[in-house]
Amino acid sequence: MPRTEVMNTKGLTLVDAINEALAQEMERDERVVVLGEDVGLNGGVFRVTEGLQKRFGAERVADTPLAESGIMGTAIGLAMAGMRPVPEIQFEGFLGPAYDQLVNHAARYRTRSRGAVTIPLTVRVPVGGGIHAPELHSDSPEAIYAHHPGLKVVMPSTPYDAKGLLLSAIRDPDPVVFFEPKRVYRSFRESVPEEDYTIPIGQAKVVAEGTDVTVVTWGAPVFQCLAAMDELPEDASIELIDLRTIYPIDVDTIVESVRKTGRCVVVHEAPKTAGLGAEIATIIQEHCFLHLEAPVQRCTGFDTVMPYYKLELDYLPESPRIQKAIEECLAY
Amino acid sequence: MPRKVVYEARVEYVQILDEEGRLDARLAAGTLTDEQVAFLYEQMVICRQYDEVAFKLQRSGRMGTYPQNKGQEAAALGSGFAAKKGADFLVPCYRENAALFLHGLPMEHILLHWMGDERGNQIPEGVNVTPISIPIGTQMLHATGIAWAYKIRREPRCVITYFGDGATSEGDFHEAANFASTLQVPCVFFCQNNQWAISVPRETQTASETIAQKALAYGMPTVQVDGNDLFAVYKETRDALDRARSGGGPSFIEAVTYRLGDHTTADDARRYRDPEEVAAWQQKDPMIRTRKYLESKGLWDDNRQRAAEERAKAIVQEVVRTAEGIEKPTTDDIFNFTFADLPAEIARQRDTLRTSSIGQEPTQAALRAGH
Repeated sequence: MPRTEVMNTKGLTLVDAINEALAQEMERDERVVVLGEDVGLNGGVFRVTEGLQKRFGAERVADTPLAESGIMGTAIGLAMAGMRPVPEIQFEGFLGPAYDQLVNHAARYRTRSRGAVTIPLTVRVPVGGGIHAPELHSDSPEAIYAHHPGLKVVMPSTPYDAKGLLLSAIRDPDPVVFFEPKRVYRSFRESVPEEDYTIPIGQAKVVAEGTDVTVVTWGAPVFQCLAAMDELPEDASIELIDLRTIYPIDVDTIVESVRKTGRCVVVHEAPKTAGLGAEIATIIQEHCFLHLEAPVQRCTGFDTVMPYYKLELDYLPESPRIQKAIEECLAY
Repeated sequence: MPRKVVYEARVEYVQILDEEGRLDARLAAGTLTDEQVAFLYEQMVICRQYDEVAFKLQRSGRMGTYPQNKGQEAAALGSGFAAKKGADFLVPCYRENAALFLHGLPMEHILLHWMGDERGNQIPEGVNVTPISIPIGTQMLHATGIAWAYKIRREPRCVITYFGDGATSEGDFHEAANFASTLQVPCVFFCQNNQWAISVPRETQTASETIAQKALAYGMPTVQVDGNDLFAVYKETRDALDRARSGGGPSFIEAVTYRLGDHTTADDARRYRDPEEVAAWQQKDPMIRTRKYLESKGLWDDNRQRAAEERAKAIVQEVVRTAEGIEKPTTDDIFNFTFADLPAEIARQRDTLRTSSIGQEPTQAALRAGH
């Protein structure tokens, strides 16, 4: 099986798949409402919500004032009153103003009310670098949200996974942060079933099977890892895991793989220190200590501010750096 | 070239029952009946007693920090009474106990909350209030969202959200007011301007001449009322709710009142407040004028006062007994409400918290031993 098998040119892009999931769920469940900046008339700055306002009306696909805390806070109220809000925050950098509402309210309400008040909301957030975007439009803050109890954090990398995970997220009884890697938004098409299907939150996917080293990643770097694997010698047997869900993390899939390979490289766009790579490395040493042949390698963004786009590919874990990390891990 | 005024506005102040208990009969027409005033006065007596007992519970180490409501009972009761119990929804801050009780929240819930027990926030089914909100100003957005849901579903219901003067400095207040008015949702923004945000006085909090005028920027009907006047608070809230219910969108009410107690039991207001100011406001206590009014109508006397106080003591004593009788929650409760479906790792932490450090996966140590 060719490793780049997912990259066919037919079917839907990630943008199309998310749009289809939103439309189908709004059709199926009248409690679902979409709200955010420019999501209505304009169909969203990435056109993810294109056509939804025309189809479902301005009340269910609402252009809100330009205020992220307002978007998140009113989405919480809608959820409290029995709706299924799907707010969009235009870029991950603008989650900052909504952070208090998301973390201190949405995430805590089930616990602080002992289950009396629950917040089933799914906040969609374009994430990550690599598209030559302006400042504060290219970060990867997923670890921050994974650290807050009460939130689920999802980041699909393919159209098929995006549709199935978004339907799971909207139907989930708890708040979900749904990160959409913008570098993948229109990078390829994939056959996506028209019918309704879900992919459970919390399940990683083994993209390629192998026996020598496990590579764990999620989001856009999945494709950088695939490119790196194509450059490595044929006899290097690499298992690639796409986490798909950041929290709750699929410990079993990681552990099963690393117990088999004895080696692991974690790849993410976010900075290295206190990133998810650290958590994954710790999970591995807790569960696979006696199986390890090499220290867990991290191939990540740097502990610096994300640069403007002229230097963004120097910052991001691109395939040559990933290739080097895999080689170093194998050589240990 | 024209140079012209493009916007002019004014803010009305409404008082119907003055500090001496004298009623403006014209303004009071069609508001509260004497029986209703007597009922609400009895609620005041109960809530004042609740407040005093809560204070003593904290001082004697039986309860944690508590924010007294003392002096703000007319604002809470007048507004809460205007809302339809079981239909409308209250989204409070933490100085509206009387309104929450009026809408059916069992009184022990508030004590439980301050006793460090989340079950105080476990609002019973059918009671239309959110748990009290501790951070300042965040709840107004939730209220706006709830009201938005009512509008989308064409339900003839309204929301009242409560907050203080300090909260109107928060960004979330402005976002909530802006969302509510652009979306035209049925929400009443009820500001209890009690003059102090912990130690910061109203004049330092904002250069705005009134709090009420802040709503003008959002195109919202707004009014300032004497917050210690049951009639004015009731009338203006009722009118705002009627407007909201008939599709007129949100309104703003600034209830001018005073925090007669400290910010909380962890605070000592003598450090920053002029005793003369406090003494002057004590004369404006809503209980004094409401009682005077009832007495002037021949509906109240010392005997009825004694009976009301005895009844309040008995009710509050029973509430304290109930709250203190509730057993400590189990340790499992720390874990069990994080999600509807508990992730395996959280369940493992719960199930092994007494038998391991929750760190190393135990089978690894066993593997090592057999190595």
